[in-house]
Amino acid sequence: MVTVTPGVIIEGDVPEVFVPESRHGLRHRIHVGRAIVLLIAGVYFLTPIYAALHFALENDQNHFSFSPLTSIPSQPGLGSAFWLSMRLAGVTMVVAMGLMVPTVVYMHLKVPKLKPLFETITLLPIVIPPIVLILGVLPSSPLWLKSSPYLLSLVYVILVMPFVYRSLAAGLGAIDLHTLVEASRSLGASWFRTLWSVVIPNLRSALLSATVLSLALVLGEYTMASLDGWQTIPVWIVATSQNDGHVTVAVAMLSLIATWVLLTLIVSLDRSQSRRTLKRKQS
Amino acid sequence: MSVATQRAEVPTHPSDPPASGAPVVMEHLVRQFGTTRALDGFSLDIQPGEFVALLGPSGCGKTTALRVLAGFEHLDSGRVLVDGKDLSDTPSQKRDMGMVFQSYSLFPNMTTRDNVAFGLRLRGQRSSQRRQRAGELLDLVGLSDHLSKYPHQLSGGQQQRVALARALAIEPRVLLLDEPLSALDAKVRAELRDQIRALQQRLAITTVFVTHDQEEALSMADRVCVMSKGRVEQVASPSMLYDRPSTAFVAEFVGASSRVSVELAGDRVKLFAQTVEVRGGTSALPSGPLDALLRPEDLEILAAPNGLGVITHRSFFGSTTRLQVGVGGVTVKVDVRSSAAEVFDIGERVDVLVSARDVLVTERRPAP
Repeated sequence: MVTVTPGVIIEGDVPEVFVPESRHGLRHRIHVGRAIVLLIAGVYFLTPIYAALHFALENDQNHFSFSPLTSIPSQPGLGSAFWLSMRLAGVTMVVAMGLMVPTVVYMHLKVPKLKPLFETITLLPIVIPPIVLILGVLPSSPLWLKSSPYLLSLVYVILVMPFVYRSLAAGLGAIDLHTLVEASRSLGASWFRTLWSVVIPNLRSALLSATVLSLALVLGEYTMASLDGWQTIPVWIVATSQNDGHVTVAVAMLSLIATWVLLTLIVSLDRSQSRRTLKRKQS
Repeated sequence: MSVATQRAEVPTHPSDPPASGAPVVMEHLVRQFGTTRALDGFSLDIQPGEFVALLGPSGCGKTTALRVLAGFEHLDSGRVLVDGKDLSDTPSQKRDMGMVFQSYSLFPNMTTRDNVAFGLRLRGQRSSQRRQRAGELLDLVGLSDHLSKYPHQLSGGQQQRVALARALAIEPRVLLLDEPLSALDAKVRAELRDQIRALQQRLAITTVFVTHDQEEALSMADRVCVMSKGRVEQVASPSMLYDRPSTAFVAEFVGASSRVSVELAGDRVKLFAQTVEVRGGTSALPSGPLDALLRPEDLEILAAPNGLGVITHRSFFGSTTRLQVGVGGVTVKVDVRSSAAEVFDIGERVDVLVSARDVLVTERRPAP
């Protein structure tokens, strides 16, 4: 019996068996290829962040300093801008989910023929520039709504529609919606109960992904908030940059990190829930 | 064809609910989808506690009939009565009918016990009662060890048993089974078939079972309703349906049969150089050319070097072997005991004899 060691060429009577070595070589080449792609992508994305961070941590004398970071809490208007952004994000998510979940479920169940039309409609917010959207909305809004920041939330609902719709459609495509709904109804559940107890729990991942994408979008939106005259975090950053560029970039960096932490928390919440479920199943 | 199966006897259980079967009447149901009439004046009466199978080819309207009964499809005309009450306009969640679906319908986010208890929760039962009842029902279907498992941890057969327990948990007036066995492998299918029938008999619940598998229908149901093009072809007991089909469609759809052209000879028909009685007499026969529909067990073959038939094919079915014999330009199927079939080889000449007392005769089908 001949033992073939990867990478060793066997001479003599034994036929040359290169397969393990070839596979190893191929795998190695794939790994190298992946590493190169990752490196290029990493450099592309991290260079601006590094440059911004470098700029943020420099004082006026071009020396390294934490003062731009430490001065952030004392910046006027930051706290209220942050709180406003969070409220708008929260209201946007509640309204978007409240409108989209029943609508998309109903469409999948009752009028699936409308799916192509719905997909086209939900693409419009991507095609229409936000400036056009807000300039159309502002003159046509009643005064009481115009004076409220939550007008922005209503417009943001349109803005996040493409992401929410696609996440929900993917989630609904992964379950046997018709059968689950009919099973629930035959057992005596109302439409609301069916939606609440059967459909939504099985769309958890889709809802989380919709939330993550939409929050990221809402927390970074500048044009509409600026034109509507509300100081959200992005608007505050631009306004403050007139006074102190270092602090502004430091805030932008912090806001990037905060958004990233928030999204990571949401995703980890889903994972830990899945792990708990798995553990419960295993026990 | 072997359709007779032993029906399991299940002892009564202290937790069994009282017999809850309700009579069901479906009257002149019409349901149209575009230009297709899925139900075309379909009518059926079901007795309390009876097990009725709706049998027919794909597109015959059997599933539509069941969905109309469940309240998932509206009617263009006709009405559905359960316990004498017209439910035609009652929404599905208020009909008190348990349903088991063809595809796995357990709620993936709930454990086995929660699935079974779901209907009880909707009926406002206390948590302890729900848990106890769900446990009893899972015990009934032999899954008491799987209370905390999620649907994806169960096999297909186990999932359908949980679905059955869930449907029974609400003590429905009617149990609806929409091809619940079709996604299962043959062995599990046979086991579950017996289990469903045994449970149905034990609980005496009115049951409507949709299937395209005639063996399932004949072995499980008290009566079988054969459907074609949205209408009832025949409703009868399995044996009556097999032995006395009322139409050529039923004779050809239920069980195997061979169509052979015949000629009238007085009050009998001439068939393979024999004269045979006509089932039901000749008075009701249509005028014009006629065919006889022959079951494989209606015929016998004898080895004969100068016989008119030639064996063309053989299929082994265990205790019997089905031989196909070419005779007079047609092919007939003949069932022979497997031990006796060993002497017949493909290509061998045989004589074909009619052993049945009478045969079903119908008008000749035009050549395709």
